Amino acid sequence: MRVPLSWLREYVDLPVTETGRDVQAKLISAGLEVETVEQLGADLKGPLVVGRVATIEELTEFKKPIRFCTVDVGQANGTGEPQEIVCGARNFAVGDKVVVALPGAVLPGDFQIAERKTYGKMSRGMICSSDELNMGDDGTKGIIVLPPETEVGRDAIELLELVDEVLDIAVTPDRGYCLSIRGVARETAIAYGLPLRDPALIDVPGPNAYGYPVRISDPTGCDRFTARTVTGLSAEARSPIWLQRRLQKVGMRPISLAVDVTNYVMMELGQPLHAYDRGLVQGTIGVRRAEPGEKLTTLDGVERTLDAEDLVITDDRGPIGLAGVMGGANTEIADHDDVENATADVVIEAAHFDALSIARTARRHKLSSEASRRFERGVDPQATAAAAQRTVDLLVLLAGGTAEAGVTEVLAPTAPRTITIPADHPDQVAGVAYGRETVVRRLQEIGCDVYGQDELIVTVPSWRPDLTDPNDLAEEVIRLEGYENLPSTLPKPPAGLGLTERQRLHRRVGRALAGAGYVEALNYPFIGEQVFDQLALEKDDPARRVVKLSNPLSDEEPALRTTLLPGLLAALRRNDGRGSHDLALFESGLVFRPREEQRIAAVLPVDRRPTDEELAELNAALPEQPRHVAVVLAGAREQAGWWGKGRPADWADSVEAARSVAREAGAELIIRKGQYGPWHPGRCAELAVTVDGVEQVVGHAGELHPRVVKALGLPARTCAMELDLDAVESAGDVTVAAPRISTFPVATQDVALVVDAVVPAAEVEEALRDGAGELLESIRLFDVYENAEQLGEGRKSLAYALRFRAADRTLTVDEASAARDAAVALAGERVGADLRS
Amino acid sequence: MSAPNKSYDPVEVETLKPEEIERMRDEALAAFAAADSLDALHEAKVAHTGPASPLALANREIGALPPHAKAEAGKRVGQARGAVNKGLAARQTELEAERDARVLVEEAVDVTLPYDRVPAGARHPLTTMMERVADVFVAMGYEVAEGPEAEAEWFNFDALNFLPDHPARQMQDTFFVQGPKGTEESGSGVVLRTHTSPVQARALLDRELPVYIVCPGRVFRTDELDATHTPVFHQIELLAVDEGLTMADLKGTLDHMVQALFGEDMKTRLRPNYFPFTEPSAEMDMLCYVCKGESVGNPDRPCRTCSSEGWIELGGCGMVNPRVLTACGVDPEKYSGFAFGFGIERMLMFRHNVEDMRDMVEGDVRFTRPFGMEI
Repeated sequence: MRVPLSWLREYVDLPVTETGRDVQAKLISAGLEVETVEQLGADLKGPLVVGRVATIEELTEFKKPIRFCTVDVGQANGTGEPQEIVCGARNFAVGDKVVVALPGAVLPGDFQIAERKTYGKMSRGMICSSDELNMGDDGTKGIIVLPPETEVGRDAIELLELVDEVLDIAVTPDRGYCLSIRGVARETAIAYGLPLRDPALIDVPGPNAYGYPVRISDPTGCDRFTARTVTGLSAEARSPIWLQRRLQKVGMRPISLAVDVTNYVMMELGQPLHAYDRGLVQGTIGVRRAEPGEKLTTLDGVERTLDAEDLVITDDRGPIGLAGVMGGANTEIADHDDVENATADVVIEAAHFDALSIARTARRHKLSSEASRRFERGVDPQATAAAAQRTVDLLVLLAGGTAEAGVTEVLAPTAPRTITIPADHPDQVAGVAYGRETVVRRLQEIGCDVYGQDELIVTVPSWRPDLTDPNDLAEEVIRLEGYENLPSTLPKPPAGLGLTERQRLHRRVGRALAGAGYVEALNYPFIGEQVFDQLALEKDDPARRVVKLSNPLSDEEPALRTTLLPGLLAALRRNDGRGSHDLALFESGLVFRPREEQRIAAVLPVDRRPTDEELAELNAALPEQPRHVAVVLAGAREQAGWWGKGRPADWADSVEAARSVAREAGAELIIRKGQYGPWHPGRCAELAVTVDGVEQVVGHAGELHPRVVKALGLPARTCAMELDLDAVESAGDVTVAAPRISTFPVATQDVALVVDAVVPAAEVEEALRDGAGELLESIRLFDVYENAEQLGEGRKSLAYALRFRAADRTLTVDEASAARDAAVALAGERVGADLRS
Repeated sequence: MSAPNKSYDPVEVETLKPEEIERMRDEALAAFAAADSLDALHEAKVAHTGPASPLALANREIGALPPHAKAEAGKRVGQARGAVNKGLAARQTELEAERDARVLVEEAVDVTLPYDRVPAGARHPLTTMMERVADVFVAMGYEVAEGPEAEAEWFNFDALNFLPDHPARQMQDTFFVQGPKGTEESGSGVVLRTHTSPVQARALLDRELPVYIVCPGRVFRTDELDATHTPVFHQIELLAVDEGLTMADLKGTLDHMVQALFGEDMKTRLRPNYFPFTEPSAEMDMLCYVCKGESVGNPDRPCRTCSSEGWIELGGCGMVNPRVLTACGVDPEKYSGFAFGFGIERMLMFRHNVEDMRDMVEGDVRFTRPFGMEI
């Protein structure tokens, strides 16, 4: 809501020295979000005067038509001679009254006006357009043509009220009444402790039987309807400058007198109005719900198919307006240009519609108007008669119309709303002892009637539909007493338990990966399903089942991720493209998987706690959202440098990342050869954990498939790992049993075993471990060797260092050798390992 | 060599004359002094203390002396050998020290050589910022609560007193999840949560009272990505519900938070505002931690951080609307509470002078690396 300070002053006698910024500070403190104070005309300097175009000489020798004019500015130029001015605009004629900037004037944007030679003539000034004076849209985009009666030589800065301050207020949804000068004036008056001259407090004739006939079929949708008629509007009458300027300052475009007046009164009082061309309305005006499929062309020229819930204004033919949202084209007031069909008689509607109904209709038709914005937020239902009267008065005054005596007022009976609160309720909410007197005074200031001692019975004013609960009243008292005056105290929460194991784990995993050189990336969860083809997922891969958005930002990415890889790989590619080629990235975040059977999440009641069953059902309607962790790598894992050669990132790094995550979770990670979608079939580890005795695949790691690398445009040999972190967590045990440390000497035995090349090292190691028995302290694979000549085709040698130690004695060589022999024997038995001689 | 003989011959023990012994000793000491390396010293050691050295031989001759002469000769030779050994040890120490000094010099390296063998990793500053804020509250006894990102509309809106057709619900620019085939656009009843506030309702439903929780998390709104907007961003939410909580408690808690994060002389300012799930509601500002408000009306010392406003807008807060308590089964007659929430991106932007929202979104390692493990 834009509020010109000059308009505000009409209803509140602010001290003359108060600036827009002063008022802004006061209103912010009272809870109105005054975003800016626009300084109109701050950079404007005269002389700017009214002139009469005396002559026009058309200059045709230039690329565009140019006019050389003389303009009579009276004595304003000091000589009384007509001012010679070159002008490129054409929307004016000899005799028109225009605004002239004389040499020495400075227009907005530091535009200095001086005498200068142009198009072969001396130009001594400028004929101004509304744009050049920063006046807002006047609908012409051309030279301002003033009413003919305007006095030549008059100061145009004052005439056009070019110097002003405009407060721009972001009105919150609860303060619909502040979508009017009246409402903002009320807040200003309270903030300054000054009286308010309420523009709605005017004499209004009572309803009678001769008014325009109105029938309301839906009193819940429309509980109040005032209709007035004004006849004999002058076809020549135009909105006066002051009215046009106020509309421009609040951000509206002047259109025609009748429309401008209704807009003006809406801005003034907050009551949306509509003027119908009475000659075009046929019979009784009605208010009812639309019939499904009924059609209406609204003022914006769009034909709309109506819904059975839409509230419409009708005449004998059918809908003539979408109630509270926009009028219909069929009863529209004629434009001034349309002299033949000039509107002479108008019916004025000032009605009150149901906020919810208007909100739904506006949303349904994606049609938000000044009227609907106000009705949605709540309009003062008791302002209809006054608003209609203001409109009638202005039309009579400005358009020479005659007010008909008939006054139609249809209203559904409503009782004033009361709220009962303990007198100290605001004190309890604020933690401040305001006392009853202050509470009562503040509530009265905002227009409430207050009765009672310890219990206050508060009748809220008609323009505050937002006041419904005790805390609403508490807020009014506290904000008027000043939020800035609240004391600062600290509550005493009970002793907390700190972070949960799960939360600690998430932090640990992040630190472990970052410590290993990975950089965290937080990627959007939006994906397109074509990425599954690029990732070479099978047609029936469960990861292809996605949760979709009905209003995605991009139609290319309408689904939510089921894997972190698309986002991470895109980040990898982006980094690579920007010249960072040695990359290790990680992400930990939620993925989204639809339930087997998709259900609709119910809207539960809010007047009580939902039952456990209701909550369980609601949660079961949400997609599954497990937390995953993933890494991607490309380029060098270790840089080359003065220390020696570098090392490219490879499959083993990605598997190690998985191990490190599992280690942080205290989970035993099972790693075996796997084969899955995006990964290189020969370089893919399947990762599994055991939860409650059941083994569960929780992810994969390794080098990506060359086809996937190509399809996604990734650096060659990009590697990746992804794990279901929740599953790993549930397999974890963070309680470490402390090992017993033996101080007896260690006995080390190395063995080299030859096995078939396809035998996984993990199996060999497991056999050695099992075979070696309790004396084995540790085992470490220190060499892998393949050589067909020495070992035979398809064989490899694995060299292990076995360390033996006993808890209670020094082992003899024989004991260690026996344990080693047992280990080798079991490896021979299980995986066909031969001791390499 | 000869065994001790009883029929001694005085002529044969010429070597045991005092001047001879002294000469042997002096020769040995001179040889040690002349040795300029450990190897040379070793040679001298063999020559003058080894089994074939003159003093060793002389020692052996003592046995051949007549008993009356043995004691004195033995003493003389022993003293000489003692002096030789001492001299040897001293020279040995000296030469070793020289060698060590030389080797250590030879082994010196250029310690300014760079080392970026495995470049450092880093956690995302949004993650660590959320943790840092959460930790302030954990230290006060709050617990960290979490909730789903794809959330039921009921939790995201209804339970928080955003009624179905309330304008506030339209302000949120919500992503709707598609319903089962055949239902309307937004027919699933599921949205991407537009704020972390649904966790408030979940916490009240799940936990025993009193509830003191803080909830960091990811939220979603249908804004296109540009320098100041992102459709996916992060918030942190706080909720306290207990008997007798007041707005003064809210103010105190906010003050404590900004002091913990930005320094002891920090404070907050509340301005009335509107949110459906709090009543009374407020917008919270914190004193600009850079200029401390001194840039206001002081064109000579403009402040970029707060645009010379003196205050930095942080987020929304208020007393939990009793309707929210009712929807979550908490008796509003007995309990009251306060809540607040704010955007982590915004805090990161002003705390670390991030100029473009996209930098926090795109995962460029050059942006993230400097933030390290904690913020």
